[in-house]
Amino acid sequence: MTSIAKPPIRHPGLKTNSLGLTPRDYEGVMSTLCAGCGHDSVTAALVQSMWELAIPPHRAAKMSGIGCSSKTTAYFMKQSHGFNSVHGRMPSVASGANAANRALTYIGVSGDGDSLSIGLGQLCHAIRRNVRMLYVIENNGVYGLTKGQFSASADIGSTSKKGDANVQPPIDPVLLALTLGATFVARGFSGDKAQLIPILKAGLSHNGLALVDVISPCVTFNDHEGSTKSYAFTREHEVEIAAADFVPLRREITIPASDTTVQVVQMHDGSTVRFRRLEDGYDPTNRDLAYAHVRACQARGEMATGLLFIDENGADMHAVAKTVDTPLAELPFETLCPGQTALQALMEKYR
Amino acid sequence: MPGPADVARPDYYHKVVDCQWACPAHTNVPEYLRLIAQGRYTESYLLNRESNVFPGILGRTCDRPCEPACRRGRVDGTPVAICRLKRVAADLRDDITEYLPKAPSIRNGKRIALIGAGPSSLTVANDLLPMGYEVVIYEQHPRAGGLMRFNIPSFRLPEQVLDDETNYIIDMGAEVHYNTKVESLKGLLDDGFDAVYVGSGAPKGKELDIPGRWDDAAKSHIHIGIEWLGSVHFGHIDTIAPRVLIIGVGNTAMDCCRTSRRLGGVDTTVVARRSRPYFKASPWELEDAEEETIHIVENHAPKRFVIENGKLVGMEFEQLVWSEKDGKQVSTVTATVILPCDEVILAIGQDNAFPWIERDIGITFDKWGMPVVDKVTMESTRAGVFFGGDAAWGPQNIIWAVEHGHQAAISIHQHCEGRPVTDRPPQGMHLESTKMGMHAWAYSNDFNPSPRAKMQHAELVERFSKLGLEVELGFTAEQTATEVERCLNCDIETHFASKLCIECDACVDVCPVSCLTITPNVESEFDLRTTLSAPALNLAQPLYVSESLPQTKRVMVKDEDICLHCGLCAERCPTAAWDMAKFALVIPYASAMDAPVAVNP
Repeated sequence: MTSIAKPPIRHPGLKTNSLGLTPRDYEGVMSTLCAGCGHDSVTAALVQSMWELAIPPHRAAKMSGIGCSSKTTAYFMKQSHGFNSVHGRMPSVASGANAANRALTYIGVSGDGDSLSIGLGQLCHAIRRNVRMLYVIENNGVYGLTKGQFSASADIGSTSKKGDANVQPPIDPVLLALTLGATFVARGFSGDKAQLIPILKAGLSHNGLALVDVISPCVTFNDHEGSTKSYAFTREHEVEIAAADFVPLRREITIPASDTTVQVVQMHDGSTVRFRRLEDGYDPTNRDLAYAHVRACQARGEMATGLLFIDENGADMHAVAKTVDTPLAELPFETLCPGQTALQALMEKYR
Repeated sequence: MPGPADVARPDYYHKVVDCQWACPAHTNVPEYLRLIAQGRYTESYLLNRESNVFPGILGRTCDRPCEPACRRGRVDGTPVAICRLKRVAADLRDDITEYLPKAPSIRNGKRIALIGAGPSSLTVANDLLPMGYEVVIYEQHPRAGGLMRFNIPSFRLPEQVLDDETNYIIDMGAEVHYNTKVESLKGLLDDGFDAVYVGSGAPKGKELDIPGRWDDAAKSHIHIGIEWLGSVHFGHIDTIAPRVLIIGVGNTAMDCCRTSRRLGGVDTTVVARRSRPYFKASPWELEDAEEETIHIVENHAPKRFVIENGKLVGMEFEQLVWSEKDGKQVSTVTATVILPCDEVILAIGQDNAFPWIERDIGITFDKWGMPVVDKVTMESTRAGVFFGGDAAWGPQNIIWAVEHGHQAAISIHQHCEGRPVTDRPPQGMHLESTKMGMHAWAYSNDFNPSPRAKMQHAELVERFSKLGLEVELGFTAEQTATEVERCLNCDIETHFASKLCIECDACVDVCPVSCLTITPNVESEFDLRTTLSAPALNLAQPLYVSESLPQTKRVMVKDEDICLHCGLCAERCPTAAWDMAKFALVIPYASAMDAPVAVNP
């Protein structure tokens, strides 16, 4: 919360993207979150990513549920579409919106409460359906809006502000997504935008659901000593496994043939993700290896970050459902709803 | 490696307050604007007076070095109307006499002679009288004020304003000898003064020695600008022929042409050798002149006075085209042209003249006939003789003359105390948090997008019918209220405590003008400048570089260039590593030489 709105003055040296917009044109209203909230940094990273990809704000839809994290969709791209759903129900609303208009860019912002507790089932099915969207979980391990109770992602042994240790095992959205067949799984940290922004950009270009778990410290209830999701703890324990550079379609890339540490994954729209392997033998296109690596890190008390797994060949919801290429929202009414006769003919087939 | 910035040194934050840094007298502009905003005009006036001594006069006539420096100019193109707000404080102040310093009834036994009663001498008197010095002023004219009185027309500076502010000083107990021209410095020194200050200005207008200048028929119609303005002031001249040429395009030329327009010069033309970007006159004075239907002719060099049938009928000029050659501007004559006129006023500069200073009394003069004066101490080559104002290095402006006076007063005090004049008292600073509570600050931190207020002027008809009618009407209450809010409060500093930072990026993300970056430090400041959130390309503005941050050992970098001082970084900081702290420069004066350094936000 601040006393004033951000003045409408910008740095004269700010660059513009291919739409002629500056990063400030991708901002939203002033955040009302606590000062220093990790979520505000994620918002800033989203602003920067959308700007760099030159996504037209009016061709994007911001989807969210309930919670501190879900408030943040108001804080970026004020000219975009948006839907603030019932608690935990963002994935189904996003699926519906995507079904109706596949041409928009969907950005879902949720939290560990919204997606791993009340909305866990919803998340699982959105992953199964591979709804084409960027799905950001702003993960801080506590219920901030209700004053800091442990959430489903709190680690065993992590302490509350008053010193009580958590005893229940955490749900790790990264491992969950890998087991459910997610085609894009990554983990970032709100305090490291250099790593987070390329991941968000790759996720926005992914042909399917791109799950990005972002450790986003709660400064008010979970940034103390004893917390495993504080700024300091995360900085000490994060291990970047595969650093990704996102290369948009427009820019030509050349990689020296001898450079075996760089692995290139082609995205469906022609852009590419370049992985710099930071650990020997890591292959971000191998689901089992990714799962084993994340587990191994966990066992060592480390937190694996980076773009951990990507499968650009997966079929998204529309491919599975064999819908037409034209967004349903743009189909002429007669085509979308051919009438009683056509329905009867269809029903006949099943008699 | 750049940094860490030493913010405990007064210079660092002082430089961030662009207006104060640019002001020769280092007037605390943001603070006095805030006092105006609060309706505390008397306090605002007194704060001004501490450093610039003549707020009412300068609020109308200052050359305003502060305004081109103003950060607001870099933010939305037009600086805050600092100068005219100063006038608001002066116009609306209460009686301040009881707040003025008083001379003690028992003097300290030292006698100081001041030559000239212009702004620099009066500043010396202002600083020394309250310390018990006996101050004797010699003034060749019947009134005090010097150039401010005789060369600045009263339609720009009303007599009452001038009288008030010169009297504040003289009434402290200066002994003024009016109508007394000093004919011999040696004689004065023999009178046993402990120190002498020469503040006699640059009273000699430059000549234009071209054919026809000394023709008997013409010379009574050709005037030297500052002398002519003086004659108008004394009432010796109250009319001029219709067609007038003003040669030169400095501020004196502007005063001449506008005065000429009022005395009957309905067709007054200012002729300049150069093109407009090179004019010496302040842009606002040019605008005011043009508003009064003065013509301005560029790129014309005077060649001769044209005299026909024993009468001055015009001047011949060479038309010039300027081009650059080896980095220098060179002119080519393309044609000659005769501009008809009845009278000519020469306003092409002023010279100093010291025929009354003997050359064998230990005061060294350079090859241009100017005294050799120390830039810091204002002392000549003879101990105890000081120069300041236009007398020291030729024509500058009032605010520089005031600053010379302050520095000379310090030197005179050191000299009289038997200390080396080169011992200069240090500047100090106060730094104090403005935090009043959760997101509440002791200053108005919101950005006001209003455009700069436009000064209202008297109607042209009225102006031309009454010579002494002040043209500028001053700001309205509404204009004042808005204009003070345009100030960005550059003295409310973003004060950073590295050890408290948790590197959450909140400040970096919220900064509206992309001033902040958390980054690994690099070898050179230049490399750092190009890798920031927004490139810091204004090299005149410093980069703040913090100490290493606790968690990642990176550094916080702030580009001071267009910081709005909105305080959002401090509002978004969860650990109060950023604070908005009010910086106040402590300027040493002769009477207050011990400047404290206090950094305790």
